[in-house]
Amino acid sequence: MREAEVRRLLAANLLCALAIVLATLGPAFFLDGFSVLGTHLTWLCVCSVCVATLNIILHLVLKPNQSPKRRSFGHKISRFLKCCIYFFMSCILFHAIIVLYGAPLIELVTETFLFSVLLSTFTTLQCLCLLGPNIQAWIQVFSKNGAMSIWESSLQITSVCSILGAWFGAFPIPLDWDRPWQVWPISCSLGATFGYMAGLIIAPLWIHWNRKQLTYKSR
Amino acid sequence: MQRWPVVLFLAWVCFLFFAGIGLFMSGFLLTRIELASSSSCSDPLVPPLWERQSLPPGSCWAPQRFSKAVLVIIDALHFEFARFDPAKASPLPYENKLGVLHQLATSQPRHARLYRFRADPPTATMQRIKGLTTGSLPTFIDVGSNFASYAIQEDNLLAQLVQNGRRVVFMGDDTWEGLFPKKFFRSYFFPSFNVKDLHTVDDGILQHLYPTVDSGEWDVLIAHFLGVDHCGHRHGPDHPEMAKKLTQMNEMLRSLVDHLGNDTLLLVAGDHGMTETGDHGGDSEKEVNAALFVYSRTPLFGSGPPEEPETIPQVNLVPTVALLLGVPIPYSNIGEVMAELFAGDSDAVSAALQQLSVYHINAKQVDRFLQSYSLVAQDLPAEQLQHLQELFSSAVEEHTQLLTQVQGTTVPPELKPRLGSLIGRFQRYLREARAVCTQSWARFHPLRMVGGCILIASSCLLCYMASELATSSRSLCHSCLLYPLFLGSLGAGLLWLVHVFTQEGLDLLLVSSWAAAASQLGFFWHWWGQHLKRARLTGSQPPLASGGLRQRLQAWLGLAFPMGILVFRCGAMFSDSFVVAEARVAPFLLASLVMLLVGKLHWDGHLTVPEGPKQQLLGVSSYRREIWYLLCLVAMLLVCVRLSSFFHQCREEIPQCRPSVFLSPLASLRNTRAKNLFYLLCVALLAGLVYAVQSWLRHYGNLNSSDPLVLFVRWGFPLVVLCIACYWAVASSADDSLGKLQELVQVAVVVFPRAVYGLASMGLLLLLCNPMTVFAKDTRESAGSIVTPYLGVPGSEVDFLHVIPQIYKRMQESQKSRLERGSCRATVAAYGLGSVYSAALVIALTLLGFLLMLLHSERLSFAFLLLFMEAFVLLHIHTCARGLAGDAELFSVPWYAVISWLLAASQFFYSTGHQPIFPAIHWNAAFVGFHLDHSTNLLPAVLVGANTFASHILFAVGCPLLLLWPFVCEVSTSQRKKPKKESREEVEEHMMEMRLRESPEEFSTALLRLGLKYLFVLGAQLLACVCAAMILRRHLMVWKVFAPKFLFESLGFVVSSICLLLGISLVMRVDCAVSTWFSQLRLR
Repeated sequence: MREAEVRRLLAANLLCALAIVLATLGPAFFLDGFSVLGTHLTWLCVCSVCVATLNIILHLVLKPNQSPKRRSFGHKISRFLKCCIYFFMSCILFHAIIVLYGAPLIELVTETFLFSVLLSTFTTLQCLCLLGPNIQAWIQVFSKNGAMSIWESSLQITSVCSILGAWFGAFPIPLDWDRPWQVWPISCSLGATFGYMAGLIIAPLWIHWNRKQLTYKSR
Repeated sequence: MQRWPVVLFLAWVCFLFFAGIGLFMSGFLLTRIELASSSSCSDPLVPPLWERQSLPPGSCWAPQRFSKAVLVIIDALHFEFARFDPAKASPLPYENKLGVLHQLATSQPRHARLYRFRADPPTATMQRIKGLTTGSLPTFIDVGSNFASYAIQEDNLLAQLVQNGRRVVFMGDDTWEGLFPKKFFRSYFFPSFNVKDLHTVDDGILQHLYPTVDSGEWDVLIAHFLGVDHCGHRHGPDHPEMAKKLTQMNEMLRSLVDHLGNDTLLLVAGDHGMTETGDHGGDSEKEVNAALFVYSRTPLFGSGPPEEPETIPQVNLVPTVALLLGVPIPYSNIGEVMAELFAGDSDAVSAALQQLSVYHINAKQVDRFLQSYSLVAQDLPAEQLQHLQELFSSAVEEHTQLLTQVQGTTVPPELKPRLGSLIGRFQRYLREARAVCTQSWARFHPLRMVGGCILIASSCLLCYMASELATSSRSLCHSCLLYPLFLGSLGAGLLWLVHVFTQEGLDLLLVSSWAAAASQLGFFWHWWGQHLKRARLTGSQPPLASGGLRQRLQAWLGLAFPMGILVFRCGAMFSDSFVVAEARVAPFLLASLVMLLVGKLHWDGHLTVPEGPKQQLLGVSSYRREIWYLLCLVAMLLVCVRLSSFFHQCREEIPQCRPSVFLSPLASLRNTRAKNLFYLLCVALLAGLVYAVQSWLRHYGNLNSSDPLVLFVRWGFPLVVLCIACYWAVASSADDSLGKLQELVQVAVVVFPRAVYGLASMGLLLLLCNPMTVFAKDTRESAGSIVTPYLGVPGSEVDFLHVIPQIYKRMQESQKSRLERGSCRATVAAYGLGSVYSAALVIALTLLGFLLMLLHSERLSFAFLLLFMEAFVLLHIHTCARGLAGDAELFSVPWYAVISWLLAASQFFYSTGHQPIFPAIHWNAAFVGFHLDHSTNLLPAVLVGANTFASHILFAVGCPLLLLWPFVCEVSTSQRKKPKKESREEVEEHMMEMRLRESPEEFSTALLRLGLKYLFVLGAQLLACVCAAMILRRHLMVWKVFAPKFLFESLGFVVSSICLLLGISLVMRVDCAVSTWFSQLRLR
């Protein structure tokens, strides 16, 4: 049971990583002059959309958290709307935090916002898929003994890795190498993406190695 | 409470750091004093009258040989680049490219010659340009009259040319624009900063070079090409790009030679060489080995070239060019003329006479310079100067003797060998003089640098260990302070004895650094002894290895969170880009540190209420109410940090940066309405600050008594604000609008700031005399006499009027006390005792804040408001986090608090409009309250220093608040608890800062540990700067980025540590006063 679930997690995470790779390489066949650095905004959109759709599909297919009772259609709709609002709010919140960290306030607003959308996709969207629009539960997950299943552990690791990646991505910006990827927000979004992918790969491995120590309480 | 040992220990640690800084600085920063005097045609220096009459028109000092000169400077022209070896079969990309030089030198050996041109370190372009024009050895700090601009103040070749009516045309590197403002007849500057741009400067020069040469409207033309240097920085010398660049230079020289006339001297020079990686700045053989090529259409040399090109020092160019062009040699030149250029095509004897006369002029000029230099500075050793003086006077004596025997131009043949030997003696004098100067001006002392580095590093280690070990101040101070001090003084004494015996001059710096090292050794030795003793004691018991290891690991991990940020900060000092961008790095790290703190608190589960069954059911209320408070504080901090970035000054390394509009004084604002609006805002802000401080004090009951200090806070603060407001109003009003009131304004501009200085120092004095802001209400019966006797004429009616009210009052009091005695016993109620320490600090900080605001331009008071707010918020976050984490150790300040405090300090260094470069210093701060008439240098230095290190001062003085604040905020937290747990706590709570007084031992230890932690973090930053400056001393940016950063950081360290000591001493002083207050109370 446990092993099988870890394998499922690994498969799902590899799919996500693959989706990012595809989102980077794929559009070049359809769009003229597409490149990650040159048309960064397009890449941000494509990448966020790909990861988001794949996450939602995986969530629908794998159903990591089976809810015991069936809910009415209206309830599902309201839940979905709530999720949308939460996602939007998290984008705004990320935007605000990024600006407070020193991003330009007025110039490059689109870039900053799309970057925050990307970050939300890597973190908030997963929370929404896994835990639903329940902030209490989200916050609970990110404490020492908060994870209740391997999916939640994976969520912990990938979210923290993406945010760390974005944080480290800010480091090369002041350097005088004059590389095209040192422009705001390219290095940060690349950092976040690499962090996310690293998290996707680390999470199953880490869970596999620590499977004896991991004892999940039931909620 | 142990007061003196704590302060002494901290002062000793500071001294260790200072010794390290001083030692490093003496090895790294070489200083020289710039002389303001300049040479002129009419100097009584040389030559004798009969010779001067024979000078052709347009000549000074020596006959003019060329009326025009072209100086082509090819930046970083290494000697190997200019050399041409036809035998070489497969030359490297940089070899055999300047064929034209070789061609000219071989086809016209008496017209052209190639030299090795030895540059003096530091081999940075700006220092080299200075050397090439002043004929001196510029060091990093040339102590001149003006720090504010890079312009050369010393006498130089260009100034002499301009002074003597020559037209100087310049094209190329725009560094010259800053160095010689308004000196050029015509100029074409091109931006030099972008190292990646190989072509802009060169193509720009080539576009203008030939038309200018052909037009003839010039006497001296200077062209400074940068392409070779930039190519070296970008690709290194061994690259095809370099071959292209050198070929371009070759073509340029070939066609330039064709454009020259007969009366023109052509000089092609490299200002320095480059290493194999294309860098320069240091003193390695490859960096100093440049090339010089001389050419003219008329014969220059008496004989053919030697086999191997001669090596000449770079400074020799200046006197040679000056005398060839017939202008005086610049005053501070120490170069030697290149005599072979003065031979011309005449016979050997007259050539020798000619050479003798230029040597004579040169030697007299150098002697004059050395004499005036030794009058103002002592850095040239006296005995060597004496020796030089002797050499000079004997040579001059012989010269005059010789001249009397020479009649006209005929020379008796027996004098020929004497001529040769005399030239040799002048040469020897000039060379020795240069060697003496080089030795004291142009050399790093690696040993001193390493020594300074080690001293600072070990002081950091000492700080860390002492702050971890200091469990009780008594043991630490008594044992660990006494031994080191004893050893230190012993070491210093021994060294002094050695000096006495060897009869050498006593170098205070060396003595103090040896003393510091010895006392440090003492500390570590003692510590090791204690450690061994302890180990022996615990050795008998079974060691708790496994559990201990795990715990230790966890402790290390816990430390890694704030220390990681510190490591990032220190690492950032090693990259010039990060030093340039530090204004953005510090806030970024501060925000990250605070966010990490919140994240860590959450991860450890401190933000949730320990789970019970009830919470699990509800699910919603499991969060503490404080979390919202904490989040609000964090949001406020982030907003403060972000807003503070609107006050940044710019560095020239970031060309697209625009300096903040708030930096300029209000007087420069054209729009009257905006000016008035800003003025009102600034004044309102000051008033708001006073109101906030007063209401804070009132809230904690520190504003009730009628002590002079409290009265000062009540009435003096508004008065200070009024004075500042008046000063700003006067200073920002337009100069011409006031007309007749001009004189009044002149007075007011001086009077108001002085009033503020006076009031503030009065306040600080009051604070020192009686720092108690406690109002005591004594309801015990006083033992004194009931009625004070009237001192006037007894028996009169006035006597009754004096006595009767007193009797009445007394009766009333006794009645009241009798009534009260039934309900409760007589007590002393003291208001504001719980926050007496912080109140004193807050008052001191506010006063300092006023002073510093006065020194800045008006609109920077917004930045100061942000500073105070951010400090306030940081303190609250610290208190809140500690309350949430439930720390058992009340008396120790965690590392993250200290690091965030220091990060905020460096953040506000930038946010008060400063940058660690000299041109960014706010020099006009020196004239706040003084009207351009400083008699000493001390006062303006203090004012400018206070302006520059404003945030360092405020944060260092406020540092003890980190310890005190959690105690001050105790009330509010306990009040919040009250509704739940009801009133049992009321009796035991409300101790606040008196908790500290209850355990004086721990209080002093806590202060000591806080001070040591602060010094450790400061010292770590300083160490990073020092190491960066030492390791990267060959870096391209060392004199532009790292060395100024090191200077500012070390000065900031000195200021911060002194202010820290002052802040801690202030707390001690308050503690003293509280003790006497208690003892008086007990006596009554």
